[in-house]
Amino acid sequence: MIKKTDAISLVFIFLAGLLLLFIIAPIVGMFVSTAPVAIFEAAKESEIQQSIWLTIFTSITATIIFSVGAIPLAYILARKNFILKKIVLGIINIPVIIPHSAAGIALLGVISRDTALGKIAESIGFSFVNGPAGIIVAMAFVSIPYLLNAAIDGFISVPERLERVALTLGASKRRVFFTISLPLAWRHILTGLIMMWGRGMSEFGAVIIIAYHPMITPVMIFERFNSYGLNYAKPVTVLFICICLIIFVAMNMISKKRKNAETR
Amino acid sequence: MLRLVNINKKIGSFSLNDIGFSVNKGDYFILVGQSGAGKTMLLEMITGLLQPDSGQIFLKEKEINNTPIQNRNIGLVYQNQTLFPHMTVFENIAYPLKSKKHKKADISSCVKQLACDTEISHLLNRNITGLSGGEARRVTIARTLATNPDILLLDEPLAFLDIQLRRGLSSLLRKINQNGHTIIHVTHDYEEAIALANKIAILEKGIIIQTGSPHEVFQNPKSEFVANFIGIKNFFKGNLYPSEPNSNLKIVVTSGVKIYALSDEDINSEGYISIPGEIITISENKLSSSAINNFQGKIKDVFHIKLGLEIIIDIGVEISAQITRRSFETLQLNIGRDVWISFKASSVTFIKTLT
Repeated sequence: MIKKTDAISLVFIFLAGLLLLFIIAPIVGMFVSTAPVAIFEAAKESEIQQSIWLTIFTSITATIIFSVGAIPLAYILARKNFILKKIVLGIINIPVIIPHSAAGIALLGVISRDTALGKIAESIGFSFVNGPAGIIVAMAFVSIPYLLNAAIDGFISVPERLERVALTLGASKRRVFFTISLPLAWRHILTGLIMMWGRGMSEFGAVIIIAYHPMITPVMIFERFNSYGLNYAKPVTVLFICICLIIFVAMNMISKKRKNAETR
Repeated sequence: MLRLVNINKKIGSFSLNDIGFSVNKGDYFILVGQSGAGKTMLLEMITGLLQPDSGQIFLKEKEINNTPIQNRNIGLVYQNQTLFPHMTVFENIAYPLKSKKHKKADISSCVKQLACDTEISHLLNRNITGLSGGEARRVTIARTLATNPDILLLDEPLAFLDIQLRRGLSSLLRKINQNGHTIIHVTHDYEEAIALANKIAILEKGIIIQTGSPHEVFQNPKSEFVANFIGIKNFFKGNLYPSEPNSNLKIVVTSGVKIYALSDEDINSEGYISIPGEIITISENKLSSSAINNFQGKIKDVFHIKLGLEIIIDIGVEISAQITRRSFETLQLNIGRDVWISFKASSVTFIKTLT
């Protein structure tokens, strides 16, 4: 009996190791095959710098702007029961399952210059297509499910009884939301925000359809690879992966620190 | 103060039917019922967390059926832990005060005063996770009092606490009531009701079957349910006196009759005694046994009950004893006959009222 279990454990460990290797190997391989000097050179290039800043800026903006609608939607989905709830829960995951280039095409149908939304933007003096606004919309579209799902889980984990008690303590519904529901669901929401940001930053397919220029880093990597080949694309790729990893690890550490502070 | 008129509510197969009672300012009103009798549901309707299907709720003569929860000024203390886990004890108590936008200095002094009243001053900077059950209840009560509610609703506030903590918390609740707070307290424990209430309602299967003072309700149970539920037959008001120094054996004097009881309550306490009818022995002559309560009396009445007979014997107070039909026939216990009764001091329960 024990032998059998051991055999299974060994198989599991082997398979798990193989999978981890699958994730790590290409990244490590790229780091190894890229000369540090080339990475430093890439970091000094103003075109690359601008592109990285643009990517960080648009992904943060997308996360912040769209969380304003996503958090209330998550709250409603966690607390209320209504007829079409299951359908709505399905709808919010659509961006995950459709090809992102298709998402870009679909979005273009709503925000290009000859649409109502496009015209309004134009009259205010900006354009979605080939502009940061379009990049933000594309990033938000593909990454919003991560925030929504985390926030729904977060609000479900808050006991409704605490909200009701807060009402009997004279708090308005608004105050109950901001002082009880939101803080208690915050850990989940913060994880969702980080995931949404990370996913937005790495988006390529939807963005390239809407805005080839100004160039976010994933598009720039593609362009360099397409025009000049693998070796020329590598330094900027490694640089961008490093920045993504640093941000991701740092954010996770902050959220963990917060978790500890909350449970005290 | 609070009046419920013909309240009906159905949830699934359970329903509350035609509930009506009124609570006056300063009352300590206890709603007694077994678990599943609908007590919590009733409290949630008073606070507005549940809407009744029909009927009216009046607070200070104003109908509040459609008043939003946060504007009713009714405080509710749930049985379960409901402190906000992301706040300290201080922040929990301050929560209702902040809702009302009091000044920071006022909030601080008010919280300190409430903490002092509920004897939790030493816990103010603590987190909720480390509190014991009794401490958490006190904090919850302090937080609810911070709203300065017109009525304080307590859902089984003494449940799941050990006897020492129950006593402490009971006297705190009594103190809160004496400071002018009207309290509605629900429980399944009749001893709590006797000890604390000035008014009682008995709730059974969604219906209120009796209301009145504890004395009225427990001495004259209107239905078999109350009598059985309470599990006591002989229920008398009395004072506790010492019988011998440094002993738990004490004497309760009720209507001039001295009854021995084992009790660790302080002497000169006021309270009630109860003697279960089934432990009383009836005999022709005085028995010599370990039972130290022996009284001579006259049989006043005989009732047929479900199992055997109930004999009422007048010993200065009327005592009800349950016996078998065979004993009744062997002893020829007819009305008017003089008999002896005996029962052990350890089977007499003394419940101190908190005055």
